[in-house]
Amino acid sequence: MKKTLLSAAIGAAVLGFASAASAATLDTVKSKGFVQCVVNTGLAGFAAPDASGNWSGFDVDYCKAVAAAIFNDATKTKYTPTTSQTRFTALQSGEGDVLFRNTTWTINRDTALGFNFRTVNYYDGQGFMVPKSLNVKSALELSGAAVCVQSGTTTELNLADYFKANKLEYKPVVYEKLPEVNQAYQEGRCDVYTTDQSGLYSLRLSLSNPDEHIILPEIISKEPLGPAVRQGDDQWFDIVSWTHYALVQAEEFGITKANVDDIRKSSTNPDVRRFLGVEKDTKIGTDLGLTNDWAYNIIKAVGNYGEVFERNIGQNTPLKIQRGLNALWTKGGLQYAPPVR
Amino acid sequence: MPPYPRLKQKTHKKEKDLKNEVTGEKASMTDHAAIAPSEGRTLRAYVYDPKIRGIFFQLLTLVIVVGVGWSIFDNTVANLARSGTASGYQFLKGRAGFDIGASLIDYTSDSTYGRAILVGFLNTILVAFFGIITATTIGFIIGIGRLSKNWLIAKLCTVYVEVFRNIPVLLIIFFWYKGVLSSLPQVRDSVKLPLGMVLNNRGLAFPRPVWGDAAWVIPVALLIAVVAAFVVARWAKQRQMRTGKQFHTIWTVVGLIVGLPILAFLAAGAPLTFDFPIAGRFNLSGGSVIAPEFVALYLALSFYTASFIAETIRAGIRAVAKGQSEAAAALGLQPSTTTRLVVVPQAMRVIIPPLTSQYLNLTKNSSLGIAVGFPELVATGGTTMNQTGQAIEVVSIWLAVYLSISITTSLFMNWFNAKMALVER
Repeated sequence: MKKTLLSAAIGAAVLGFASAASAATLDTVKSKGFVQCVVNTGLAGFAAPDASGNWSGFDVDYCKAVAAAIFNDATKTKYTPTTSQTRFTALQSGEGDVLFRNTTWTINRDTALGFNFRTVNYYDGQGFMVPKSLNVKSALELSGAAVCVQSGTTTELNLADYFKANKLEYKPVVYEKLPEVNQAYQEGRCDVYTTDQSGLYSLRLSLSNPDEHIILPEIISKEPLGPAVRQGDDQWFDIVSWTHYALVQAEEFGITKANVDDIRKSSTNPDVRRFLGVEKDTKIGTDLGLTNDWAYNIIKAVGNYGEVFERNIGQNTPLKIQRGLNALWTKGGLQYAPPVR
Repeated sequence: MPPYPRLKQKTHKKEKDLKNEVTGEKASMTDHAAIAPSEGRTLRAYVYDPKIRGIFFQLLTLVIVVGVGWSIFDNTVANLARSGTASGYQFLKGRAGFDIGASLIDYTSDSTYGRAILVGFLNTILVAFFGIITATTIGFIIGIGRLSKNWLIAKLCTVYVEVFRNIPVLLIIFFWYKGVLSSLPQVRDSVKLPLGMVLNNRGLAFPRPVWGDAAWVIPVALLIAVVAAFVVARWAKQRQMRTGKQFHTIWTVVGLIVGLPILAFLAAGAPLTFDFPIAGRFNLSGGSVIAPEFVALYLALSFYTASFIAETIRAGIRAVAKGQSEAAAALGLQPSTTTRLVVVPQAMRVIIPPLTSQYLNLTKNSSLGIAVGFPELVATGGTTMNQTGQAIEVVSIWLAVYLSISITTSLFMNWFNAKMALVER
């Protein structure tokens, strides 16, 4: 306890005033009128601002979905761009309400860091990208290579573990910010680029010559990416979790942004009617602290999970990522929502 | 002691009177003085007493500072408890799990977080140490150059100072890293330099000396040589004082310090081989490498700080009265001797205090190495912070370390300053 107090004292002097008294996050969000999401500084397809400063991407759509669920207005969002090093402090300090930043769910982050994870909105795994000219077919051939990696990530740890386990040597070339890693790889400061495979696909696009680089087949880790919130606010945790489940459930029902109004009017399926908040005497939305049409508002704003996926990172986008593990459980994937009842 | 309480009561009464009727002020005051000089102060006199006011405002400041400090402390404790974050410094003993590109000590991903931070600390010291030496050297040359009577040299030095002093140091770091060093050849087009050195955009690789078993005699020989050099120098000085005979101290000392270790090296059977850098499939393997991240940071800090040091040096030299050099000239001293023996020793007194600030600045600016991925203290600490979530603890370590480095540098420079000041008269 003494140590705790000491470090707290020093920390207090360092950080200055942290967020004030611990009001329920939902109330805070409602009173300030927007959801503050902690996102990536710029990862094409996941969260990136365009030339006029409008954010878009997979993670950004999740932020919009939460705003739609609360305010019935997907524009009531603000974004805090963070590096991999600053994201946790931003959430811990109360600078943001929720972290949507392709962040891997680990036990350490779930416990010691004081966050809560429940849903995985993207099942990922770490891979390697190399220039084709190196003629590398497998990650096991990489001994002696210089590897570019972003600091403070699970990627950095997996990299060390993988090379150690396979008795390979490497030279880490570590940067704090993504653009710096990209540039270093492009300039040949390192031979290999490693991060989550989704990230590699995204980054390959930003290279001047994407066709000259290949992504190696090995996936060396499990990277379940999902939203994180601060511990100690179960209601807010539920809202963020069920926003994801609503997106998945909508896809399972076949409800899309385009047909949601029709289905809402005409559906006789009690499951669907309950989900969209038109069943009589339903309390699902209000129990969550929202209105009963929360799921309808989400779908109306961003579509279902499949739509969010395809719009930002799917086959018709430059990233061309397959659904793979992220297909619905009914289609051989892992995306599964608990029943809404 | 009966009289005092009574007196005090009286005083109080008088003060009350005073408050009620201002007109009676003068009379009461004289009254007081007459009765008891030491007690003769009214409330008003207390209010206007500069000493008491001073104490009052100091107390007020103290209360405010303590109050703000307490509220911050209280807030943080409450927030930490609420967020469920583990705190304390135990995490330093945990396995780090990440690798570091450049380390002066043995470090693997199996080492602890504490060691990772130590690696960063040593890298900070490394770049600050070499940066300070280089910045001082360049600064001296440029500073003296600006005072040169040669128009071209003086103007070139002025341009140098104005350019580097007016660009943010971060940009200078980027200039070296992205502008200069990344334009070096790719690893597969490496340039081969003499002595087995290889240059590419991943750094300068050079043969690493591998010492044999008997190599310990060489540092021992060096130590003996240094001690012997001191003894010789002392003896020579004493003899010159006594008899006026000069002795070739410099040559003897150089001979000792260079010659003795070489003799020891040969006597031990030349226990030295080299590990040459060889092109592997991806990288060079073997040898030692000076990474471009280090070079960029080192050069940028040196060049940037040198521009400030140059101005400090110039100011110091200008501060020496012209009469001093004129007097020296009148005594028949040559210009170079005048500079060395008359101007510089006096200028040093002016130069050293601001020079200390520049050294501290350079050390602190080394934290910008994170921008180019040099694993100094802030970089390794930042990674640790991210992996463990112990933001407050890591930030406190940063503060403590930089504070310690700065205070140590300050103490050393103060000592040096005191020594220079004593030499003067």
